[in-house]
Amino acid sequence: MASALVKVPARAMRGELIEITAMVAHPMETGFRSGENGKILPRNIVQLFVCRYDGVEVFRAEFFPAITANPYIAFSTIATRSGTLEFRWIDDRGAEVLERAAIIVE
Amino acid sequence: MKICDLAGIAAAQAFSLLLALCLTPASSPALGQPAAGAGLRSGFDSMSASTQAMQRDDAANPGMLTVNDGARLWARPEGSAQRTCAGCHGEASVSMKTAAARYPRWDERLNRPVGLSQRIALCRQRYQGLDAGSPDSAVQLALTTFVAHAARGVSLQPDTDPRLSPWRERGRARFDQRMGQLDLSCAACHEERAGLRLGGATIPQGHPNGYPLYRLEWQSVGSLQRRLRNCLTGVRAEVWASDAIEYIELELHLTRRAAGLLIETPAVRP
Repeated sequence: MASALVKVPARAMRGELIEITAMVAHPMETGFRSGENGKILPRNIVQLFVCRYDGVEVFRAEFFPAITANPYIAFSTIATRSGTLEFRWIDDRGAEVLERAAIIVE
Repeated sequence: MKICDLAGIAAAQAFSLLLALCLTPASSPALGQPAAGAGLRSGFDSMSASTQAMQRDDAANPGMLTVNDGARLWARPEGSAQRTCAGCHGEASVSMKTAAARYPRWDERLNRPVGLSQRIALCRQRYQGLDAGSPDSAVQLALTTFVAHAARGVSLQPDTDPRLSPWRERGRARFDQRMGQLDLSCAACHEERAGLRLGGATIPQGHPNGYPLYRLEWQSVGSLQRRLRNCLTGVRAEVWASDAIEYIELELHLTRRAAGLLIETPAVRP
């Protein structure tokens, strides 16, 4: 049931600075905690987050074990043209979550 | 809603946060301001401004991820019957607009009260032909959070069915009963010492108006039962079994004492 929440303004003026927020459902298991019978829970964190705007990468973040479950990221970019923002998260197991949002630039 | 938010922001800038909470109209669900009952304070009111902001913003509230999972499950055909929740109940925003505000309610077939999560589990067994899942399973939590979220902003109105009364009274007795190695009752903290500090944290009045909620300590959404288990462990009492009637009795009393508070699901708590 992997899911993500992104917030992108539906409309913006060309050249305007827009704020984007993105959150993904992920346990961000650190690899340091023990579970049942004291066994170490294997590490499983989101390693990489990439945002592409009409195919062009505008933001990239590497994640580490100290980052909370369901990591939330806020960043900004400049509205250049109408198109699609694509958000991609990749975790230790290679699982990917992909989310898209449209923006209209006038 | 927008006007309320603006009024809230303007007031917060002009006065203290506390004053802003008092001035904001009770129709603003995000602020957890009681619609009725003087002196009732949602746990929201004693949180830090940053945690409050997290709860208010649906794009920052991690509980919304669970709500979205629930929305998908609501429309997914399940079990031997391959029926969806939506097939019988339609749009949750309409059919479940006040449901969460009235639970626990009487179940005719079991001849006893059931909570919202249990009611959903029963629905899944009876009409979708599924097995009874754990109340803390991801599916159960997601559906309960989704249904309770449909009632966000509605004030808690406990069911007045007289058959619930004896159970509710047992819940009250349990609330006042000292237990565990620390020999504390629920009332010892959440009534006599509400608003005081326990270590670094403010002791809340202990209202159930935001459940299932996202606890930062848990790093996940959890049920009221999970919270009650935490409290039982906290006073070093024996934890009741999953879905034990004790939880429902206590919830009946908790919803009565919180009557009038607005539902905040999915709330965020530290």
